[in-house]
Amino acid sequence: MPIEFTLNGKPQRVNVAPNMPLLWFLRDTLGMTGTKFGCGMALCGACTVHINGEAVRSCVTPVSSVAGKQVVTIEGLSEDRSHPVQRAWIELDVPQCGYCQSGQIMSAAALLAKNPHPSDAEIDDAMRGNICRCGTYHRIRLAIQRAARLKYPQAKSAKARAGGAELLPTAQFAAQGGGK
Amino acid sequence: MNGCESQHINRRSFLKRGTLGATGLLIGFYLPELRQAHAADSVRSNSAASGGRVTLNAWIHVSADDTVTIFIDKSEMGQSVLTGLAMIAADELECDWQKVRTEFAPADKVYFNPQFGAQGTGASTATRTSWEPLRKAGAAARMMLLRAAAQKWGVEPSECRAEKGAILHAPTGRRTSYGSVSQAAGKIPVPQEIPLKDPRDFRIIGKPTRRLDTPDKVNGRAEFGIDVRRENMLYAVVARCPVFGGKVASFDASKAKAIPGVKHVAQISSGVAVVADNSWTAMEGRRALDVKWDEGPNAAATSETIRKLFAERASRPGHIARKDGDPEAQIEHAARKIEAVYEVPFLAHATMEPQNCTADVTAQRCDVWAPTQNQTNAQKTAADITGLDPSKVFVHTTFLGGGFGRRFESDYVADAVEVSKAAGKPVKVTWSREDDIQHDFYRTASYAKFTAGLDADGWPTVWMNRIACPSIMGRFGPLKDNFDARSVEICDAVPYAIPNILVDYQLAEAGIPVGFWRSVGASQNGFFLESFIDELAAEGNKDPYELRRHLLRNAPRHLRVLETAAEKAGWGTPPPAGRFRGLAVVSSYFGYVAHVIEISVDRSKRSLNVHRVVCALDSRSPSTAGACSRAIFMIIRCCASRTCPSWTCTSFPANWHQPGPANSRCRRSLRRCATRSSRRRADAFAACRSGQKTWPDLFSRLRQAMPLAPKTLRNGVR
Repeated sequence: MPIEFTLNGKPQRVNVAPNMPLLWFLRDTLGMTGTKFGCGMALCGACTVHINGEAVRSCVTPVSSVAGKQVVTIEGLSEDRSHPVQRAWIELDVPQCGYCQSGQIMSAAALLAKNPHPSDAEIDDAMRGNICRCGTYHRIRLAIQRAARLKYPQAKSAKARAGGAELLPTAQFAAQGGGK
Repeated sequence: MNGCESQHINRRSFLKRGTLGATGLLIGFYLPELRQAHAADSVRSNSAASGGRVTLNAWIHVSADDTVTIFIDKSEMGQSVLTGLAMIAADELECDWQKVRTEFAPADKVYFNPQFGAQGTGASTATRTSWEPLRKAGAAARMMLLRAAAQKWGVEPSECRAEKGAILHAPTGRRTSYGSVSQAAGKIPVPQEIPLKDPRDFRIIGKPTRRLDTPDKVNGRAEFGIDVRRENMLYAVVARCPVFGGKVASFDASKAKAIPGVKHVAQISSGVAVVADNSWTAMEGRRALDVKWDEGPNAAATSETIRKLFAERASRPGHIARKDGDPEAQIEHAARKIEAVYEVPFLAHATMEPQNCTADVTAQRCDVWAPTQNQTNAQKTAADITGLDPSKVFVHTTFLGGGFGRRFESDYVADAVEVSKAAGKPVKVTWSREDDIQHDFYRTASYAKFTAGLDADGWPTVWMNRIACPSIMGRFGPLKDNFDARSVEICDAVPYAIPNILVDYQLAEAGIPVGFWRSVGASQNGFFLESFIDELAAEGNKDPYELRRHLLRNAPRHLRVLETAAEKAGWGTPPPAGRFRGLAVVSSYFGYVAHVIEISVDRSKRSLNVHRVVCALDSRSPSTAGACSRAIFMIIRCCASRTCPSWTCTSFPANWHQPGPANSRCRRSLRRCATRSSRRRADAFAACRSGQKTWPDLFSRLRQAMPLAPKTLRNGVR
């Protein structure tokens, strides 16, 4: 019995074992390798995708459970790296080895969709399940703050609202042609 | 990792190649197989397909559309070597940075790392060893393009100059792009003399530069080993003996083969491989396997038996790594004798990307797609298994989801080659996270025994240290006198001025595979050394900082970072209520680091909270080309403020850190910082660059500019 759902905005019909994790269906059956395998036990966050807008670990999500739902992967976040989170990630050169970053970006995008201006504590809380072995956490936090401002340029950041220091000179630095 | 034990031999072979290089042969090395291999495979190429690509040398390729492709012969595992090496070559090439593409180089002798005598990435050698060859490769290619243009115009090459991807002839105002003369340049002989730029003229090196691999790492396009796909490819996992050194006694694959999608079950040297049409089915098949293991000689080994072995070995004298004075006699005369034992466990590398490899073995050739730090060994491993000549083994390096020394090994390559050979198809072998943790080449567990003598005033007079642990270097050949210098590194260089010192080593093989892990011996030995000196301070009723200062009187670089960190941390002033401070100073890989850390103890949760970290780092080494910049800025960002500019410098000239005229660009860029405090930091940095201030002063200014917020730090050390 085929399973039907929407993948990155397009209808998808699945004819695999219903208990096959979504991760392996994406990676091996469809060849969409942007979503990464890290642990297979929802411990590292590398496989994070959106299901109906929620950040979900695809490695423990049976493909049958997404029937009728909207699934978005890193490949579907934007056509051209234009999602605010991707733009911020590029601006701040967040990735190092990059292996965990698809999952980090998907978690960050889900966070910002719900909370346009998360505080550092809220970011830490939402991103806790995504492990980075290179230790890019610091830049991830900065990039999420930056993405929030890219997404809602008129609004003030949580930090600014709280009367804190203006964040991210990097952005100005880059805008003025610093670096390349 | 650090694999320079056979440095002498390697250095000789390097000199031999170096001589070739001087005559231009190294730079001009023509690689027909290389081009073939690349034509056959466009999957891992980061460059857009461009026609008419001309190979000017092993690193530089210019296409008719002006695209410059730089071959990266080191593995990119997060350290930004891809961007750094491209910058080095592009600067001498005088090309347009926007037109630069990169590809990972195939396995070939021309790409050997002189530190290893093999093509490999590790031991902080990538930038250092690529600095000169890549500059020469870029400069030679530029000269060939320039001569081709001069020939075309019928003018003297000396009247032409190269600039931003074009050749200009000033007297006539003519201009031609690199792409339009690339075909002709390919026919120009490789220059014999290759003059290099004056570092003052660098346009790219030393300038904050965005990473070239970032765009593909934010949309899932970057291809890691685990992402490789080939036509008709099958997917495999391997069941391995849960005991190291064990092997398959027998197995029943009937239940596994009954699972739809399982294609083959085959015994290979590392265990039993289950091959299926996707990784998950292969994992399900493995679960259904019934394997009887012959667990071998380590069947009864436990952490306790290993501990006992280490303790027993440590009770006997070992090979002496260092002896000053007469410690055995003097310990008897000490006013007080202190003994301590430290033990550390085996540690897995735990790369984010589990081990994996894809291989396609045919009768004529073998292709291997691997996230490897060691291309030469991957090639040799595949050649040994297939019986093919190494020249018929094509290693395609992908991005690495972390390395840390784990990927200097080739066990995952052997898996894929054996399974592909057995299945007769391209096969990707993926390790599960459990496989990865359970079958690593671990950081060695180690047992360190210390005995020290104090005089009546509490000053140390005798320092005796015995290390018992397995040997990494013993894997690669017999050890002389059962001695592995890696096992005692740092301990044998104890910097403290104690008149009687004895450091010895007892080999203790535990049957657990060990390998290179970040910083190798220093990872545990720094902890041993600095913990014991604290115990001596406590026993002798001395302040741990003052005791170190006193004993480091002959070690100026240690002393300097120690004093800097202590001063900035306010050592000697009482910490806030409920908080405690500790400090340590260690030198490793030409770097000198001191930390002062402020913690509190939560007894109910049995946990420590880190409130503040002060780090002083002296990474100055005349031999490094400066790939350390990213790390330094990371530290500044972490230690000083999270509003620091996000620097992405990946490479600097060799003397960048030494006092000299402040790079005006650097000063200008820094002044663009948005906030008052970050401008103050910018001033401090520029002052340091201009030689008005030294690094410790810089740290001091940074600290003044932005007092540390405990919250930031707690997050920073997450």
